Amino acid sequence: MWWWADVSELQIVGLHAAVHGRQILTGIDLVVRSGEVHAVMGPNGSGKSTLSHVIMGKPGYEVTGGQVLIDGVDILGLPAWKRAQAGLFLAMQYPIEVPGVSVESMLRESFLAAGNDPDLVPELVAAEAARIGFAEDVVHRPLNVDLSGGEKKRNETLQLGVLRPTFAVLDELDSGLDIDALRACARRVEAATKEGDPPLGVLAITHYSRLLSELQPDVVHVLARGKIQATGGPELAIELEATGYTAYGDEPADAAGDRELDPFADPFA
Amino acid sequence: MLRLLGEVAGLALVRNGKVVRCELDEEATAAGVRLSLAEASDEAIAAPPVDVFGELNAEHVSAPVVVDIPDGVRLTRPIAVIDWLDADGVMTFPRLAVRLGEASAATLVEWYGSTNVDSFAAPVTTLDVSQAATFSHVAVQHRGPRVWQIANQVSTVGKDAMFNGYQAALGGDYARSRADCRLAGRGASGNLSAVYFGTGDQMLDFRTFQHHQGPDTTSNLLFKGAVGGRSRSVYTGLIRVEKQARGTNAFQTNRNIKLSDHAWAESVPNLEIENNDVRCSHASTVGPVDEEQRFYLESRGVPTAVAERLIVTGFFDEVLVRLPVDGVSAGLRGLVRDRLDHEGVLS
Repeated sequence: MWWWADVSELQIVGLHAAVHGRQILTGIDLVVRSGEVHAVMGPNGSGKSTLSHVIMGKPGYEVTGGQVLIDGVDILGLPAWKRAQAGLFLAMQYPIEVPGVSVESMLRESFLAAGNDPDLVPELVAAEAARIGFAEDVVHRPLNVDLSGGEKKRNETLQLGVLRPTFAVLDELDSGLDIDALRACARRVEAATKEGDPPLGVLAITHYSRLLSELQPDVVHVLARGKIQATGGPELAIELEATGYTAYGDEPADAAGDRELDPFADPFA
Repeated sequence: MLRLLGEVAGLALVRNGKVVRCELDEEATAAGVRLSLAEASDEAIAAPPVDVFGELNAEHVSAPVVVDIPDGVRLTRPIAVIDWLDADGVMTFPRLAVRLGEASAATLVEWYGSTNVDSFAAPVTTLDVSQAATFSHVAVQHRGPRVWQIANQVSTVGKDAMFNGYQAALGGDYARSRADCRLAGRGASGNLSAVYFGTGDQMLDFRTFQHHQGPDTTSNLLFKGAVGGRSRSVYTGLIRVEKQARGTNAFQTNRNIKLSDHAWAESVPNLEIENNDVRCSHASTVGPVDEEQRFYLESRGVPTAVAERLIVTGFFDEVLVRLPVDGVSAGLRGLVRDRLDHEGVLS
């Protein structure tokens, strides 16, 4: 069984989570394997971002049931940095500004904590920056400070490339950036799903199918009202594009209202 | 700390209230720069005291140091004035008077240090920046943990002149610093910034006064502090715009990070504006290390304590990158890092 060493598994089992006492996730089940791209699509307020935050361990979310396993080991008891060391990466929808801390100094500390040589970081960063068309001087600037939406997402993608996680959760990677940046980021992620050792497994959370025209999903899940309501192939994303989420209990009037409020909403959607 | 300063144009060393060294390099001497003990007739040391500690200083000052930069002289290397305490039970009243002539430029570093003694110091520094001159002043307070210090600094900035005043406060048991910046001439500007970091039982107390006296004057203040352990800090800032000071721009920002539940920081901004043609703003914050920032770093595999160290050093860096002497920035970064790593200030 030659492929055993190359395949990892991210397993989400009966995941329930609450925020401020309000139940948001009411039983999520899915499995992502190395090299697979899973899309989680859903209307606003369905729990998509909550899912990404709970997987990574963001403070403020209470897990009220279920497990998140990497190769059979439950990571929910671990602090976020240990989850990262266990091979998990979260590309954030709104990357946080950290004044006075450069991406390079952060990645050095990450390498050091994981027992890797931090002196490898500058070279890796330069290579990744070149690969996604990112100005190299940005890596010495404070993290995400004064970066445009596209630069922030390229920065997230650059870090993914340097840290080489086993699984990446992409939370609305396609929001707030132009088509060139989206293409550059999506292509880099797609390459990681083919070339890594093991190849990257992806959980791409998105409202729109925009990302999925650049990053081909193997499996599409529809998340609504805190649960996976349907699972299918890429054709499901195309169907959603035409019909919207009304079939899954979303109220179109509300969704339209939310859309106007979202400054990163896709104007072509 | 002399090593940190690198090459200096001049050095004055005051030990337990006595001047033990006062020297200038050849270039500065040839340019007519003066660095010496003041004489009784020196006007520079006759400035009226701003408060009771200024009065005490005026009464008891023993070794006033005077720095005089002639008109048009632009020094490339900094002047260093080091005030050192290594005797117990000493009460000192250091005095430094700096005068920059018209269109001159200089950088001066004042370093207040000590061994672990139980002493008291009430320094007074007067900085007179003449028309079109540029002056950068760095005051580092790194006294031992039992020293009490109550410092006064008064800068007077003339027409089209610029004063950049930086402070760093790490030491002392109780350490107060009052900085008055008088923007006297038309078009004068003053940039005041500070970093402070309390630990243990320290109390750090800052009072600033951005005093707009002339028209079209600008002041910009950024004070950033962190308190750990059971330490406390207070920042009290006043912007005053006089009636004749139309066209004033005055900004004041004070940010504080609380690193432990037992630490305490307070920020008290005040505005007094007598003219309508002004732009003024103030902002202040007190809070723990930002949870979102910490989560961001942690999500990249950076352990919690390291993430907090990065965030706090990054927080101070906004001020430290502006310091005009690289060695001092590097030295302060090191002191901050040591404090974060070894003194258990993080909760």
